[in-house]
Amino acid sequence: MAEILVLAEHDGETVKKVTCELLTLARQFGEPSAVWIGAGAEGGRERLAEFGAAKVYVADGGGIEDYVVAPAAEVLAGLVARQSPAAVFVAATPEGKEVAGRLAVKTGSGVITDAVGLTAGDGGPVAEQSIFGGAIVVQSRVRTGTPIVAVRPNSVTAEPAPAAAGIEPAGVELTDAARAVKVTERVIAERGERPELTEAAIVVSGGRGVGNAENFALIEKLADSLGAAVGASRAATDAGWYPHQFQVGQTGKTVSPQLYLAVGISGAIQHRAGMQTAKTIMVINKDPEAPIFELADFGVVGDLFQVVPQLTEEIERRSAN
Amino acid sequence: MNIVVCMKQVPDTWAERTLRPDDSRLDRASVDGVINELDEYAIEEGLRLAEANGGEVTILTMGPEKASESIRKALSMGADKAVHLIDDGLAGSDALQTSAALAKVLGRTGFDLVILGSESTDARMGVLAAMLAERLGVPQVSLASKVEVDGSQLRVHRQTDYGYDQIEANLPAVISVVEKINEPRYPSFKGIMAAKKKPVETLSLADAGIDPGEVGLAGAATEVVSFAKRPPRQAGTVVKDEGDGGAKAAEFLAAQKFI
Repeated sequence: MAEILVLAEHDGETVKKVTCELLTLARQFGEPSAVWIGAGAEGGRERLAEFGAAKVYVADGGGIEDYVVAPAAEVLAGLVARQSPAAVFVAATPEGKEVAGRLAVKTGSGVITDAVGLTAGDGGPVAEQSIFGGAIVVQSRVRTGTPIVAVRPNSVTAEPAPAAAGIEPAGVELTDAARAVKVTERVIAERGERPELTEAAIVVSGGRGVGNAENFALIEKLADSLGAAVGASRAATDAGWYPHQFQVGQTGKTVSPQLYLAVGISGAIQHRAGMQTAKTIMVINKDPEAPIFELADFGVVGDLFQVVPQLTEEIERRSAN
Repeated sequence: MNIVVCMKQVPDTWAERTLRPDDSRLDRASVDGVINELDEYAIEEGLRLAEANGGEVTILTMGPEKASESIRKALSMGADKAVHLIDDGLAGSDALQTSAALAKVLGRTGFDLVILGSESTDARMGVLAAMLAERLGVPQVSLASKVEVDGSQLRVHRQTDYGYDQIEANLPAVISVVEKINEPRYPSFKGIMAAKKKPVETLSLADAGIDPGEVGLAGAATEVVSFAKRPPRQAGTVVKDEGDGGAKAAEFLAAQKFI
């Protein structure tokens, strides 16, 4: 059966959810093999096995995790040359897409980014993308080389299908060029126990209507009641009410969660570009004319300072029962 | 320092954007073209680095005749000169081909630093800086939220999901910047007047030494199979808060099994 390479996203111990999703997708096209860059593969192996990785290629040592993007691309290129996989899947994170880009150049292959779905076509996988702020749905495919596809988190539901996940060394020697950009320090911003924005199943975002930085505590409290990540519109991050890395929209993060709650956000195209592929959208806004209501599966026209605390309390009450 | 900023003209994100039915390419004719927003931050960063360290900022763009308006704007912000790669044969190029064409031109112009916005607002791939670094064989210093140049060394904050990584590399290098990095300047009246006299070199494929077979729709490594307007979302339920809006919202979430 054709081999599909899946670049594992991990934090050195745990496999991220998106990787389980990619393994699930890859099983439609062949037999998935995970590719693990850096230490900790033994710890992540169990979950890779659970979601169907037949093999785990490991590239570890030499401080490989301290260099930016280029090593992963070299390892994948080495494996593509040796294993001739039917496709390579990576997570459509900023870094995953950069790895995909370098791999495309190295292997002379086409690359598709931000796929939100994949189906089998005559000449390999056909990727669905949502473009121009979600206004248009495109089906595209790679016609040269090994298809390289960056898939957005939450595009499919991860489903277990146990496999061996036999660990093998990737056997790729890094060049000096792969060590050209070195990480000297990792600075971790405070985000508490909340899930990562792009991976979260539920995202609660606040916008201009939140009014100031202190009021974002309301958004955080609502998010915490749902186990959700917190996002913010550009108006809110530009005003300095919430840190920039949580911005959802055209110039920020793109999220595709199961549930998106937009609170005090009008829904300019800039924002919609980052959240329009959410499965279910809930809106709380005092302006009934706000364009965001066009997207709402459920909307409340009202003062967020009344509605949000009541909603939070009600969720906590129901969850406690 | 020889700084080249790669700039892309994109359709204004506030306009309705679409693809052309015949060849699935971006319909550029029907909407206003503007400088890709993230490239404005790249231009600003280039200008600041040149002001602080000495040197010259060149704008490099690949695109149709219309892109010359955006080139003038970039020059009026303060860039010194521009190179415009313009050729009908480039139309429909994908990221792989675009990076090959730009790398060829960068090989001609030479550079200490190439700066790009981290992605374009139309294609949103976010791969070009990585592809250029790969092709040019220089360090990829991407997603920068802060850039410091110290002699031939670069120290950069690379934005991550959890905060940022402090990274180091040597020049020459390719940098991509995120929006957080600076506040782009507006062109001054003096800048606008001066831009009219600044040199813009136009290059055809032949001028740049690019093989026409390497670029354009026919040879692209990816293709659009089909596209369609997203069907409008089914109209949802909207309620007016009459003191029970939060409770009704919770009921919806419970019915959808979110709580």
